[in-house]
Amino acid sequence: MDDLWQAFFKAISLVVTLDEQLLEIVWLSLRLSLTAVGIALVIGLPLGAVLALTRFPGRRILNVIINVFMGLPPVVVGLFVYLLLSRSGPFGVLGLLFTPTAMILAQVILVVPIVTAISRQVLEELYSEYDELLRSLDASWFRRITALVWDAKFSLTTAGLAGFGRAISEVGAVMIVGGNIDHLTRVMTTAIALEARKGDLTMALSLGIVLMTVALGVNLVAYTITESAKKRHTR
Amino acid sequence: MNNYSSILPLKLENVDYSAGGKKLIKDMSCQFEAGRKYVVIGPNGAGKTLLLRLSHGLIKPDTGKVNWGGPKGKNPKSAQAMVSQRSVMLRRSAYDNIDYALSVRGVKRSLRPDLINTVIDRTGLRRVAHKYAPVLSLGEQQRLAIARAWVLKPEVLFLDEPTASLDPPATHSIEELIGEISAEGTTVIMTCHDLGQAKRLATDVLFMFRGRLKEMAPAEQFFSKPNNDLAQAFIEGHLIWWKRRPDPDDAQILEN
Amino acid sequence: MLKNNFHLFLSTLLLAFSLGTIKPAVAESIILASTTSTQNSGLFDHILPVFTKDTGITVNVVAVGTGAALKLARNGDADILMVHHKTSEETFVKDGFGVERFDLMHNDFVLVGPDNDPADIKNTKNIVNALKQIEKKQSPFLSRGDDSGTNKRELELWYEAGFDPKSISGGWYRETGSGMGATLNTAVAMQGYALTDRATWLSYKNKQNMKVLFEGDKRLFNQYGIIVVNPDKYPHIKIKAANRFVSWLLSPKGQSLIASYKVSGEQLFTPDAVK
Repeated sequence: MDDLWQAFFKAISLVVTLDEQLLEIVWLSLRLSLTAVGIALVIGLPLGAVLALTRFPGRRILNVIINVFMGLPPVVVGLFVYLLLSRSGPFGVLGLLFTPTAMILAQVILVVPIVTAISRQVLEELYSEYDELLRSLDASWFRRITALVWDAKFSLTTAGLAGFGRAISEVGAVMIVGGNIDHLTRVMTTAIALEARKGDLTMALSLGIVLMTVALGVNLVAYTITESAKKRHTR
Repeated sequence: MNNYSSILPLKLENVDYSAGGKKLIKDMSCQFEAGRKYVVIGPNGAGKTLLLRLSHGLIKPDTGKVNWGGPKGKNPKSAQAMVSQRSVMLRRSAYDNIDYALSVRGVKRSLRPDLINTVIDRTGLRRVAHKYAPVLSLGEQQRLAIARAWVLKPEVLFLDEPTASLDPPATHSIEELIGEISAEGTTVIMTCHDLGQAKRLATDVLFMFRGRLKEMAPAEQFFSKPNNDLAQAFIEGHLIWWKRRPDPDDAQILEN
Repeated sequence: MLKNNFHLFLSTLLLAFSLGTIKPAVAESIILASTTSTQNSGLFDHILPVFTKDTGITVNVVAVGTGAALKLARNGDADILMVHHKTSEETFVKDGFGVERFDLMHNDFVLVGPDNDPADIKNTKNIVNALKQIEKKQSPFLSRGDDSGTNKRELELWYEAGFDPKSISGGWYRETGSGMGATLNTAVAMQGYALTDRATWLSYKNKQNMKVLFEGDKRLFNQYGIIVVNPDKYPHIKIKAANRFVSWLLSPKGQSLIASYKVSGEQLFTPDAVK
């Protein structure tokens, strides 16, 4: 228990003194995970919409596959991306290994299944409500999808937040493809792993506390924005 | 309304429709002309709603044809609109609901506000125009559904029991609106339960019973001298019921 | 109106994060594949900033297990390799992946354990006997089990003592499959013995009641080597910068910098190139 208190106070002192290293790591973590979630939304929302709205043979199987991919072990994804980006691999010429870009790529792969599955669920429900009206108006597929996504935007933020949670907390993938290089690819989770390895459990725990606080912060921001938007919207 | 490329007349020819193993529309043929107000009446289960949905194209007949007039290239859907008993509200403001309908039709953004505001005023929705549609009262929602259809200036407006869930004042506003829309040249095809409403609104009446069209006639003629026994019984307020046996096409009339 | 606000929010977000992924203009940089134990010792934090100041070249350290570091270098994903397993390094050069191997520095391994020393290894004459006592007493022993330099040396010592501990793994002999720090954490928690390099031990912050119980046997000598990855195999290797780094390390300045690195007053590494 002593360790926990020590860690807690250390966390506070790090934040209050605006420890430079800490800020660097936190900023990188946020940048990477938010970018990854942004990209994953651009891929996953339309994909979820297509799955919700269309009927094609094998659709059910695809749904199951996506659900399974939600549980992809991050280490496995990391290895996969490493093999792709290694100099000995197919995309080695791009020189992307051990860069933040590689880490974003790995996180996108991890987040897309979650975003797709949740948005499919949300949009399917809304579509069953809107279906007849949209057909009566003879709306094109594009218009149907945009109407659904726009009207479901509050529920869809859940998809984004779930994806963000997965991205910001994973360590296996970014460790492998990023290399945990100081000042370059070291994020909160890999820093925590490093400190734990070094035996500095207090530091590791305090970084963990900071990480959870950052994640809390992001969720709070999303919450306030959606709540205030909802209030204006649903008067 | 450009009559050169009108989509009317609407002709149904020998339409059959089944669902769940039962034949729900049997060998239905009829024709709808421009400028009139058709009211389809009949007891529950007659197939009134199905008739509208088949005509509007929401479902397809098993056999037979639903033929719209007009040049081959013109998509008949673009000149129609439909209002249901409980219309679906998009989860946005009333104004945005109407705006959506216009955007689907490809109406230029700059032209929309005028069109929307006109129809909002005519349906008495000015006070709630920027309110979230799903929380409007039932009467307001139905008026919004009509506004959403009206703004498209359809040639044909289908209404499926539009006032069934409404109280008399709300019903009155809806009936007035239907009158105005019809006066502007839109052909109205609606179903209803309430004989009184049929009498108030119809220029022509279709009487359906258990999937068949039993009679179609101008309103005055239908209400004074119906050709059909069943129709007569229905008008007089009898409950026309039948025993659920394999295939009785005759019905028993129960004295009230 | 809502639409506009939401759109504004979304576009700000997009802008902010596209800015986030812009690569800043970097000075030249090279990738050094090394081991977690070397990184954990803190040596890199001590010497690399000086190199960067002298040359303007940034050294990016990817610290993994020895086996993984060798693999990275073989795949061409690093410019320089610095590990501490001579035989593997010589094979690496022989197979054509490295240009030349140099002795860089050395330290030693030590056997650590709980201060009550249940297997009584404190008084043994050599490391092989110490291990035999641990086996006799069946005291808990924690191995890294991760094919690292430390792990390889540890296994060689067990074989010298006459058995193959992997065959009985899971009983008193446990493999954590982790780095040195994590393995030490487990040893502390289980009050067991472990073989660790001195550098990691000195900078390890969770010692609790554990101590160095055996040291000094020449078999515990731990040699570090440095190799530039072969540009003939991988043309993209930054050969000039890599060579500069190696010659800097082997120069009197680099070597004295290595020697000057102390933790708790103790020197961790002894340079080899300049006597």
